Amino acid sequence: MAPDALSSPHSLLRLSGIVKQFPGCLANDHVDLVVGHNEIHALLGENGAGKSTLVKIIYGVMKPDSGEVRWQEQPVTIQNPAHARRLGIGMVFQHFSLFESLTVAENIALGVNDAADREGLRDRIVEISEGYGLPLDPGQAVHDLSVGERQRIEIVRCLLQKPKLLIMDEPTSVLTPQEVGKLFTVLRRLQSEGCSVLYISHKLEEIRALCDKATIMRLGRVVAHCTPSEKTAKELAELMISAELKTHTSRPAFDNAAKPRLVLDRLSVRSTQQFGTDLKQINLSVASGEILGIAGIAGNGQSELMDALSGEVPSGKPEAIMLDGAAVGHMGPQERRRLGGCFVPEERNGHGAVTNMTLAENGFLSGHARGLMSRFGIVNHTRTAAFATDIIKRFDVRTTGPKAEAQSLSGGNLQKFLVGREVHQDPTLLVISQPTWGVDAGAAVAIHEAIVRLAEKGTAVVIISQDLDEIMLLCDRIAVIAGGRLSEPTDVKNATIEQIGLLMGGTNTAPVEKETALVQV
Amino acid sequence: MFKFEPRGQRSQFWSYGSPVLALLLTIVTTGILFAIMGKSPGVAVFTFLVEPLLDSNGISALAIKAAPLIMIGVGLSLCYRANVWNIGAEGQFTLGAIFGGGFALSFPDAPGWWLYPAVLAFGILGGAFWAAIVALLKTHYNANEILTSLMLTYVAQLVLIWLVTGPWRDPKGFGFPQTALFSDAATTPTLFEGSSIHFGCVVAPLAAVAVWLLMSKSVLGFQLRVVGEAPRAARFAGFKESRLIWIALLISGGLAGLAGVFEVTGPIGQLTTSISPGYGFTAVIVAFLGRLHPIGAIFAGLLLALSYLGGNAAQIDLGLPNAVTGIFQGVLLFYLLGCDILILYRLKRPRSAPVAAGAVP
Repeated sequence: MAPDALSSPHSLLRLSGIVKQFPGCLANDHVDLVVGHNEIHALLGENGAGKSTLVKIIYGVMKPDSGEVRWQEQPVTIQNPAHARRLGIGMVFQHFSLFESLTVAENIALGVNDAADREGLRDRIVEISEGYGLPLDPGQAVHDLSVGERQRIEIVRCLLQKPKLLIMDEPTSVLTPQEVGKLFTVLRRLQSEGCSVLYISHKLEEIRALCDKATIMRLGRVVAHCTPSEKTAKELAELMISAELKTHTSRPAFDNAAKPRLVLDRLSVRSTQQFGTDLKQINLSVASGEILGIAGIAGNGQSELMDALSGEVPSGKPEAIMLDGAAVGHMGPQERRRLGGCFVPEERNGHGAVTNMTLAENGFLSGHARGLMSRFGIVNHTRTAAFATDIIKRFDVRTTGPKAEAQSLSGGNLQKFLVGREVHQDPTLLVISQPTWGVDAGAAVAIHEAIVRLAEKGTAVVIISQDLDEIMLLCDRIAVIAGGRLSEPTDVKNATIEQIGLLMGGTNTAPVEKETALVQV
Repeated sequence: MFKFEPRGQRSQFWSYGSPVLALLLTIVTTGILFAIMGKSPGVAVFTFLVEPLLDSNGISALAIKAAPLIMIGVGLSLCYRANVWNIGAEGQFTLGAIFGGGFALSFPDAPGWWLYPAVLAFGILGGAFWAAIVALLKTHYNANEILTSLMLTYVAQLVLIWLVTGPWRDPKGFGFPQTALFSDAATTPTLFEGSSIHFGCVVAPLAAVAVWLLMSKSVLGFQLRVVGEAPRAARFAGFKESRLIWIALLISGGLAGLAGVFEVTGPIGQLTTSISPGYGFTAVIVAFLGRLHPIGAIFAGLLLALSYLGGNAAQIDLGLPNAVTGIFQGVLLFYLLGCDILILYRLKRPRSAPVAAGAVP
């Protein structure tokens, strides 16, 4: 600790006048940023504010057009990520760079350049992951892990390098309150051990709770440096976004006597994944006009439930899933769509959308089931383009038009398109998983509004989300999935965070025991 | 030194430019090879790539060689688009020849007009049947189609050898390993008097157009493309993957079978132990050189057909071994796969590393 205390008047990382120009977009416009030793520093801003570009420059992924980078008060040109890691900079990306077919240990070993360091790697993975309360099985294949678990790999991978600065890009977007709490414990401990953290987020309460300093960006420029704990969330939000946040108007409580549209009766499905969670005896009834939220820690059966509801994995027993009175458990996605079901999966790239196909084609992907865009097996390109254009207009998707490839859209815009694609079909049931994961605040509001409007028209909506705030904001009732079992839904008005957290703990997940592991090491 | 830098998106220019560049590099490389063998590279390349076309029969010879390549290549490009890696078109070609040829042999006395269409239909059936084995193994036992389709090629070849040296051998053929000649009614007609361009040469581009329409206009084509690009998205959309694997293999197998039956009922006229100079394997190059696009396969098919003719010409005129054809094809595929990196990456000369870090303003 002593050397850090001595050098504390000096900065760990100092950026001045960073400029990065992309074709048609000035991503960083003379950005200044100073991260001190032992500091948790927030980089706050909407999607498109230039945060990602800035951290890519810090991590050596990109080079600035002009500007100076000083590391421990020495000017440096960071050549590449390996150079950054040698300097002591680690980064956890928002989109993970993991090989799905390899195991946890193999993935981590790939990031270790020195062969000697691979000796006893498994033991060190276990040691670090247990020590920091990030339980991981080194032998497990990545493709079977949830998003939350994959993030742990990335964090452990960084911690193995004993970084002086850890950059975290939107780390909490998929974590439960408990997981967030644990992550904060990890980060604070790193801070006390002399590691600084650059924490990128747009979640204001988190930043207020965690960070010592904050740099706020808007449209490529730094608009403020501040101490977050001295600001209210509202003040931070106003700095971050130019326009005022629109939240949907409060809607009347849904009619309790409304007819149930989706009924699950003792739905049990074996997971298709080797280490997945089987669904066990799930009962649920969602009424017309109701929004029901399903909360839970990542990897407790959410993806299995999504697959079972969408029909990607049929349940086998037709009566286990009733859609508007019809037994659909044995049906595939197309048949369920014809009966009025619409679905938005968690993963956009390669699941909800084919990235290198056009928006028109992606509209056709799920919209074709209604039979309006094709006849006699021939795609009607005019109608397909019109369908995509309608979605783009109605949901304000920022793009060049229906011929744009899905991958050319930002995450928020693509998600607006994918949610819009389903909402535009006026479904009787909408099941949507992680509706606003990795989406900027503006897009999130638009998506929330679309969901609420849909419910007002009588659609039954199921939201599977790990963002509790989102569930609390939108839903009438909340149920918690843990270990493949679903709790009895309760009214959101009567639910408390503590009560939900307890349910999330469930029977076979054991976050409490892991807490004790934190004490060791 | 140069470095490859990701473009961030596919380059439209290089997805068409890459095959052209690959062809140029191939010509340069084979030219160097010719020079090493003591031939003037200019003359050799001219002999290999241009002279065959100047011959009076050049165009018809080219069309005859290109027809099977295009037919098979078109089927393979559909198959590969759907992410089904059928490497065994050679075997499906052989089975098409056996089925169609066998049917023709069983009606030596021309029973009616329907014989020839039926012969073609049996050819398609034979190729599809051989591909169906691959589909069955893949969808039911998750067996890798690259291995099964490739191994079935050798089985097909052995079946053919057994048939033409055993039960189907022409009793009047002086013991040669070949069947009797097919009857006129079962022979693929030529189109013009005095030219050997046959009916199959017209069917090949028509097949390309048909597959192009299928892939770009139909729901089935859309499904095949989605399952190839993103299998999870296909499941999300409710497309049945195993059904699409079956369809892709049956279509490509059927087209290979059709090519096989055209070849034996046309230019060859009977079944022998060697009915293909490796059309099924060369068609893999055709599919990739044609950018997995059916229309692209027409041009690629013509080019690779030329490499067969060029091999012959080089052998006759310059005394070069016939293996030149195989080398040309192999080098071409090598460069093509190499050049494709330019679609996703751009070549960049890295700026010289700054001597004193921080000297940048």
